[in-house]
Amino acid sequence: MALSSMWRQRAADATRPGLLATIRRIPPTAWFGFAVILLYGGAALLAPWVAPYGENEVVSQTPFAPWGAEFWLGTDQLGRDFLSRIIFGARNSIGIALVTTILAFLIGGTLGIVAATMRGWTDQILSRLVDSLMSIPDLIFTLMLLAIFGSSVFNLIVIIAVIDATRVFRLARASAFNVVTLEFVEAAEARGEKLPWLVRQEILPNILPVLVSEFGLRFCFVFLSIAALSFLGVGLQPPMAEWGSMVRDNAALISSGDITPLIPAAAIALLTVGVNFVADWYLNETGGLSHDEG
Amino acid sequence: MKSAYSPIFRLIAGRLALGILSLVIVSLVIFLAVSMLPGDFATATLGRSATPETVAAFRERLGLDLPWYLRYFAWLGHAIAGDFGQSFSGRPVGQIIGPRLLNTLYLAALTALVAVPLAVGLGIVAALYRNRLPDRMLSAASLASISVPDFFFAYVLMLLLAINLGLFPTLASIRPSMGWDDKLYRMALPVLTLTLVILAHMMRNTRAAIISIMSRPFIEMAKLKGESPFSIVVHHALPNAIGPIASVVAINLAYLVAGVVVIEVVFVYPGIGQTMVDAVRNRDIPVIQACALIFSVTYILLNMIADIVSIVSNPRLLHAR
Repeated sequence: MALSSMWRQRAADATRPGLLATIRRIPPTAWFGFAVILLYGGAALLAPWVAPYGENEVVSQTPFAPWGAEFWLGTDQLGRDFLSRIIFGARNSIGIALVTTILAFLIGGTLGIVAATMRGWTDQILSRLVDSLMSIPDLIFTLMLLAIFGSSVFNLIVIIAVIDATRVFRLARASAFNVVTLEFVEAAEARGEKLPWLVRQEILPNILPVLVSEFGLRFCFVFLSIAALSFLGVGLQPPMAEWGSMVRDNAALISSGDITPLIPAAAIALLTVGVNFVADWYLNETGGLSHDEG
Repeated sequence: MKSAYSPIFRLIAGRLALGILSLVIVSLVIFLAVSMLPGDFATATLGRSATPETVAAFRERLGLDLPWYLRYFAWLGHAIAGDFGQSFSGRPVGQIIGPRLLNTLYLAALTALVAVPLAVGLGIVAALYRNRLPDRMLSAASLASISVPDFFFAYVLMLLLAINLGLFPTLASIRPSMGWDDKLYRMALPVLTLTLVILAHMMRNTRAAIISIMSRPFIEMAKLKGESPFSIVVHHALPNAIGPIASVVAINLAYLVAGVVVIEVVFVYPGIGQTMVDAVRNRDIPVIQACALIFSVTYILLNMIADIVSIVSNPRLLHAR
């Protein structure tokens, strides 16, 4: 058994009044966040069954049909059902943001841990590279790369993931650095354990809470970036339903006092608030400990 | 005297050197990104019917037939002199973005004028009423504003102030021929939206700066003397917080760089952000390069100023090394 897991076990024992107590301690804001995430996840997974009409089905002869019994939220600029587009939009926007964030964590997390454990030249080169990439504003860099490579879903995911990985790298490196200098890692090194074992058994378990909480925040950031890019017309391309581009395509309605185009924007805000609440709670629940130790 | 000041000069010189290095790297990245263009870019831009001769001529116009370092120095030299070459539409890039850059600077300056005093004032209020109702309300509002997409603010303000109340025009399409009062009236909504976008962050940082200073011994001394909380903040905390607050302001003005792009598109404001988005849609590479360079240089310079201000204003950094 790795020394660090014994250490963690002790720490867990000390603070473990049982799962039930943890659940009872969840603040209302986090419950709200869970409810929002569940609702959105459900809509995303079950979109074809929940949505009254298809994603690209033209159901009305007149564009911009008003709210009514047939189309609850009216229709969009091409006569497609607005509510159905929102539900399918959840699937597209959340799915793509999730894939992008996971990719960013795979790239940034791996490189960050490698930099912290190898130190020396590897760390220097990777850190300077990340610093210079971070000195270009995110949105501007993304716009430039999209112009060069074209805005396909694949390019969008890779470009945003790489740019976002710089932030993940910073955090992973900093928190892994704190762990690497602790005694049990040195002890394992002295025992002659190999690097992959060290990373898997000692480092990763100890920086995981910080990374998981950061995952929530990065997801929000990626989600907002994709929405902004689609709103600008250079992100996800039609006919794909996406909340940012739905705001853009129906913005004309606002000048007649119609709030329909604001609904997708509010949906974006609700999800990011919910995820923020949950990430905050999670960080307080688990991260406080490892911060104090670091 | 000299020995007392030299470490701080060394720090500043180091930060300046780092800033210049990042400027060089950024210009190199922006330049080289174009060299990574997929091979068929010329064909893609000119259309499938393009003959090999037109493709070759196009590549030559981009300068793609020269070695990259020569092209880089030529490009950088011209860019510093304000000449960004020809856009794909045939007009000189400088002519396209020159007046629009002025418009964007005008917008950013107005926003800073409104947002900075407001954010610092609210930050002080939040620090004074720490963990009480005004503070809770302000921090809830700032969480909301971080979670909400910029264009949501823009459209909500447009709906409330322009359409329901009819206070301002919905679009901020200004022209050079307009008088300054007319321009100001049309720019009210974008300025207000951008203020909301950067306000929360700036306010939170100001609050943190004041609170960290409020825990110092000299503040306790003032409390023991029986000074009022207001007087403590204004006479003791604020003068010491000016350095951190100034650096907060500079960093947040750098955030404006991203906000400006979206807001200009919403309000059809003829600025450089909108120019860049249009150029991205048309894949007009020289215009994109110029806009990206201008945005990045602004961003780097503001961050550098923020760091230097905090170095200069923190005497303890003298002993940092």
